[in-house]
Amino acid sequence: MNNHRWRKIKSALASVISFVSAVLVIAPLALIFFHLIRNGASSVNWAFFTELPKPVGAAGGGMANAIVGSFELLGLASLIGIPIGVLGGVYLAEYGTTRGNWALRFIADVLNGVPSITWGVVVYGLAVLPFKGFSAFAGALALGLMMIPLIMRTTEEVVLLVPNGYREAALALGIARWKTIVHIVMKTASKGIITGILLALARVAGETAPLLFTAFGNRFWNHDPTQPIAAVPLQIFSYAISPYDDWHRQAWAGALVLLTTIFLINVAVRVVTRDRTARVI
Amino acid sequence: MTTAQVATEIQLRPGEDERSSAGAAPDSKPAFEVRNLSIWYGQKEAIHDVTIDIPRHNVTAIIGPSGCGKSTFLRCLNRMHELVPNTRVEGKILFQGEDLYSPGTDPTIVRRRIGMVFQKSNPFPTMSIEENVIVGLRLNGLRNRRLLAERTEKALRMSALWDEVKNDLHKPGMSLSGGQQQRLCIARAIAIEPEVLLMDEPASALDPIATMKIEELIRELRKNYTIVIVTHNMQQATRVSDKTAFFYVGQLIEFDETTRLFSHPKEKRTEDYITGRFG
Amino acid sequence: MEVVVDPRAPPQFEKRAQGQLKPPSHFGDRAFEWLTLAMALAVVVLIFLVGWQLARGSNLAIKRFGFSFFSTSTWDPVAEQFGAWPFIYGTVVSSLIALIIAVPLSIATAVYLTELAPLWIRQALISLVEMLAAIPSVILGLWGIFVMIPWLRDYPFPFLKRTLGWTPFFSGPIYGTSMLAGGIVIAIMIMPIITSVSREILRSVPNLQREAAYALGATRWEVTRIAVLSYAKKGIFGAVILGLGRALGETMAVTMVIGNTPEVAASLFAPGYTLASVIANEFTEATTDIYLNALVEIGLVLFIITILANLIAQVLLKTIATASTTRAVQ
Repeated sequence: MNNHRWRKIKSALASVISFVSAVLVIAPLALIFFHLIRNGASSVNWAFFTELPKPVGAAGGGMANAIVGSFELLGLASLIGIPIGVLGGVYLAEYGTTRGNWALRFIADVLNGVPSITWGVVVYGLAVLPFKGFSAFAGALALGLMMIPLIMRTTEEVVLLVPNGYREAALALGIARWKTIVHIVMKTASKGIITGILLALARVAGETAPLLFTAFGNRFWNHDPTQPIAAVPLQIFSYAISPYDDWHRQAWAGALVLLTTIFLINVAVRVVTRDRTARVI
Repeated sequence: MTTAQVATEIQLRPGEDERSSAGAAPDSKPAFEVRNLSIWYGQKEAIHDVTIDIPRHNVTAIIGPSGCGKSTFLRCLNRMHELVPNTRVEGKILFQGEDLYSPGTDPTIVRRRIGMVFQKSNPFPTMSIEENVIVGLRLNGLRNRRLLAERTEKALRMSALWDEVKNDLHKPGMSLSGGQQQRLCIARAIAIEPEVLLMDEPASALDPIATMKIEELIRELRKNYTIVIVTHNMQQATRVSDKTAFFYVGQLIEFDETTRLFSHPKEKRTEDYITGRFG
Repeated sequence: MEVVVDPRAPPQFEKRAQGQLKPPSHFGDRAFEWLTLAMALAVVVLIFLVGWQLARGSNLAIKRFGFSFFSTSTWDPVAEQFGAWPFIYGTVVSSLIALIIAVPLSIATAVYLTELAPLWIRQALISLVEMLAAIPSVILGLWGIFVMIPWLRDYPFPFLKRTLGWTPFFSGPIYGTSMLAGGIVIAIMIMPIITSVSREILRSVPNLQREAAYALGATRWEVTRIAVLSYAKKGIFGAVILGLGRALGETMAVTMVIGNTPEVAASLFAPGYTLASVIANEFTEATTDIYLNALVEIGLVLFIITILANLIAQVLLKTIATASTTRAVQ
């Protein structure tokens, strides 16, 4: 076989291999969704959304407290993550020095790479030990601290995208710098800022590790932030590693609901912004 | 007195009654007195030793080849060049007798009295037409709705846009055509009632019809404002301006009545430029 | 076109109207800048906070065990003997397995998505890969326990044992939960990251490189190999290290499929234990101070190695500093 032929075959082979690789990489996504639906869809019923977990061994019950718990945790976490993240991101985009900002960005990126369980360990020392108990507050703190570097970077990115012409036009009207930033720049970037927040929320909504020894989980209703609280990922975990079939079934249901929610947020964000660069973070 | 109080005091000084409708009387004080102005961006000297008097209620055009510093010069008239880091200014600019660069002068107040319109029209994308017009007033503290509505109409009338948009004030500013957007930006600038309008190639991104409308507008606005316009289009300079300044490589080469400069330029470089020997 | 020119309003009106414009807020400018600076400095506070908490919480263990902590294999809470070697071994081996599986697949996928895929399908596939990144670890773990492990136990593992059972890696009993299973789930979790970042790297290769190669008559694959991949070598390596950093810290899915036994075995079929897993499993059961300290020390080790991996990755990726590479970390 002459050299040219061989080269062409190699090229075709490479194309096939890379296509197969792409399929293999994407396959788990399809497989997971498939099994979630197969094993969990039938269990996603009214009881799932409204009932508390039943005692060990008893069939039935639901994840109502975990669902509400997750919302509460995310809500509290947002109080920490959103203001600090957004304003910090604004600083990086609008103020500061080249070198200083580079260092801050670097640190934020390093923080984004810290394993989520580390946050759990840190917040354990900060908010669980001193108060001698697990709490929703501790769980929210862990999630909120995780959100800060995430939101900071996304906010910075979108604010930097606002064309300079708008800043100039506003300043030329004699509008103070801070009002320019808040009322003109941030307002223009608001869609992007909200996108970043939603993606961060979708991300931490699925986190289990930081909650294992902060929020800890709870089989009952709890609206007291100083007490342990249930969360959907925690519930999925404890059900999955349990020996009870009925709990396994509910774990599948919980996973299906959780994954669907996260996917819906991601898809919605993508559609609304029509932004090909919107990355899942 | 604090800086702010001084600045406010300057702002509130009763205006001299010099609003004639036919251009400045020859003995009225110039709007700008520029003396030995030099500007550096870092190490590069962008403007060298410029001295010029810009008259009130006139349209003064600034022409010259690209890179000659005309935009830079324009921007130091309302201290917008300061937004670029590492700039240095030497010399003096007096605006109606007050030192623009004295340490006590607040650039924000300067920019309220000296407005600017940019080359690329930039109505704020999240705001309606009406909101765009009054944004300068609202964000500077004016809340009275009746007054804001009055100013909106007044500004839009003076920008020759009122009839076209009066029923669509709530529509987004970006929904207008290019020429209309630029007139909206002019309305936005004059809504805060400055005394001067600086225009940096305001029509260069527009089609000929829109350009013509802007030029008509400029000639009308002259009655109430001092206008300084940077343009790379010499025909435009002859059409709209009373006086023209020719800049070259950061220096002011010639400054004269427009008709005289274009028909009998005194400097060879001026003549070379306007006859197209270089661009 | 008629321009209505208003005669100037009398000076008194002007004064009133102008006066209603508030004097500019220097205070506002400074206050806002300080506020946003303070918020931005939160990341500095955070990283020191993390380091400090981990150091403080592991103090007892560090003092008592010193460096032997890393070489001892005994993990006996009752006898208060803590050695982290099995977990280090487990983390390293499972991450290695994950890289061996994920890196070739991810890079090939990135090549496919950047160079070879038909345009109409490209964006859809890219979105799918990114959706994969959105899957929470615990859900992958759930699937791992009930779907992947039974399947592995019934098909691939026996096959591997039959063919490669003479090597130490594939010998011994097959339970299902194993080091290999752990490596596989980690691979699934890190493939999206490596793919995304590699894709950005490949995209940033100037077209000129490709065109030059094509002009010389190179085939598609040759263009990719010569003009693109070798140019992007550094960046791709950075993507791999980024994936490694992610692999080291992977917790939930691994805990659910790796078996959680602090043993050092050569066989990949044997259960294992990683640094992250032991923390997840035993933290709430740590009854004594020294037990807790030992676990926190493991957290400290994890923190340090992931920071190192991320640092190296950032340095390698610095030259291709697109926003997405810096964000696509975990």
